[in-house]
Amino acid sequence: MSEKAKSIASKKVSGQDERLQKVSKLKLLLNRPELGALGGAILVFIFFGIVAGDTGMFSAYGTLNFLDVSANLGIIAIAAAMLMIGGEFDLSIGSMIGFAGICIAIPAIYWGWPLWISIIFAFAMAVLVGYFNGILVVRTGLPSFIVTLAMLFILRGATLAITRLITGRTQVPGLRVLIENDPIAWMFATDTFKWLFTWLGSMNLIALRTDGTPLATGIPPSVIWFIAATLFATWILMKTRYGNWIFASGGDKNGATNVGVPVGRVKISLFIGTAVAATIFATIQVLDAGSADTMRGNLKELEAIAAAVVGGCLLTGGYGSAIGAAFGALIFGTVSMGIFYTDVDTDWFKVFLGAMMLIAVVFNNYVRRRVTESK
Amino acid sequence: MKENLIEFNNISKFFGKVIALKDVTMKLKKGEIMCLLGDNGAGKSTLIKTLAGVYKPDEGEILIEGKKTIFDSPKDALDIGIGTVYQDLALVSLMSITRNFFMGREPIKGIPFLKTFDIEKANKIAADRMGQIGIDVRDPSQAVGTMSGGERQCLAISRAIYFGAKVLVLDEPTSALGVHQASMVLKYVVRAASEGLAVILITHNVHHAYPVGNSFTVLNRGRSLGTFNKKDISREELLGMMAGGEELNKLEVELKEMNRINN
Repeated sequence: MSEKAKSIASKKVSGQDERLQKVSKLKLLLNRPELGALGGAILVFIFFGIVAGDTGMFSAYGTLNFLDVSANLGIIAIAAAMLMIGGEFDLSIGSMIGFAGICIAIPAIYWGWPLWISIIFAFAMAVLVGYFNGILVVRTGLPSFIVTLAMLFILRGATLAITRLITGRTQVPGLRVLIENDPIAWMFATDTFKWLFTWLGSMNLIALRTDGTPLATGIPPSVIWFIAATLFATWILMKTRYGNWIFASGGDKNGATNVGVPVGRVKISLFIGTAVAATIFATIQVLDAGSADTMRGNLKELEAIAAAVVGGCLLTGGYGSAIGAAFGALIFGTVSMGIFYTDVDTDWFKVFLGAMMLIAVVFNNYVRRRVTESK
Repeated sequence: MKENLIEFNNISKFFGKVIALKDVTMKLKKGEIMCLLGDNGAGKSTLIKTLAGVYKPDEGEILIEGKKTIFDSPKDALDIGIGTVYQDLALVSLMSITRNFFMGREPIKGIPFLKTFDIEKANKIAADRMGQIGIDVRDPSQAVGTMSGGERQCLAISRAIYFGAKVLVLDEPTSALGVHQASMVLKYVVRAASEGLAVILITHNVHHAYPVGNSFTVLNRGRSLGTFNKKDISREELLGMMAGGEELNKLEVELKEMNRINN
């Protein structure tokens, strides 16, 4: 039997199995988790192309605007998606954004630390918070929903209390002057490809201000971070051993443990990932606004989870993609900005967000059945 | 005389007040198949989980190749060469055959800090190994959820053989299988033993165990009733020793009684 089996096996590896039907590209695509979000994004662009095509929404300035909003959400949505694939939730992302903001602003403004040290301090705090979330979930075996809900209140409360204690206010302004010549802050505060926009402006291809400089000055840092995060997360999930461990930890915790996957370590690292992503979000926004606000990031955790779900992540874990979450964020960002260019009252945005999520969940359920039952 | 590859000396395991295992002793040599028999609740699952490093015994010692060994985690047991196939198979149905096959032990390539999962090599090995057990994998990137129960069992066994170099522990490998696939799995187990593996086969099916086993350990309510060589015991005696055997005898007597009354 072994000789025969070997010959069959080697034949299969070297060439095509004659029984393997040629599967069309479309059918392969149908089995990918990000399909729903990709389709949704295309529909959204067609919709706004029709109703708002001539309003300036898709001008360079308008495009960068909705890309900026999408990218900010996308940075946390991708981390939330990775964590969801690993089988857990993080409801403390929004509170972490507020907390990270004051971790940058208070040392920089009140304690006289250089801005770059304050930024590193904020990231160190994020690692601590993420580690704490993770170790609590892993050690107690409690649902991460409850543990991180508690952390949502603790972090938001601490942010407010500490800020008022030290500054007497709930906002810490005055950061803008510190950005210049800082060795780290430029990574979160510099528009890139300015030369391209200047050139496009000089060719009269994009809108100009009255002084002759282009209205859209460059690609905002959020977009660069967003693209980098999408590529990095996709590489991890698809191409590394650690990525396989993430799928395994979320798909079947016991099974993964039994074959030697360090499930606890994987989950803790993913919680650190969401906290760090929240801090990237916070750093970009704080430096952009020049001030930290204790309420910054409120409810962002739910938008991040919604984007991840629209992007094809299963609530039960073990399935999903970073590219899907990126498209999910793009859908939300485009609609939240695009709605201003239409006659629709912006009050309807949340209705859309909810409806989109429902459709996505129903669709994802269907995709999962296809993947696991199609023979 | 050959050295014992694995030896359990007076192993006990307690869960609170519950005595799951008490003073269980067994030995296994290279190339041997030992069948672990017992009814539900006899302690079979606890015993393999102790062997696989999931539980630590509360009393007694485990000797691997004569050396006292303590497993701190399932990974320790895997590293020392004990490959366990659980009843739930430890397969993730949403993941591909290849990703399941190498779960936790992925082959990697590339430069340090940028090492990637060598998926081509993994696909090749997975398809190759599945072919050897007699399952022709059409597409190793298809989800395990698309496979039949028997195919999944074969995948899990094939994986354990690929990684478990010395001892193969199989928990009820044939209980979910049809006659043909069960006999195929058992044939494969015999072949693995003849190539030098030690196999512990856990089952409550004496008819599957008796033809392939060299020795038989019977568990009953957490205690071992002893280990018997094949030449010393018959299939009927084994069946009788399991708790179910006694019940079956009683049932037979009762049925005869009913027949007598009816006639």
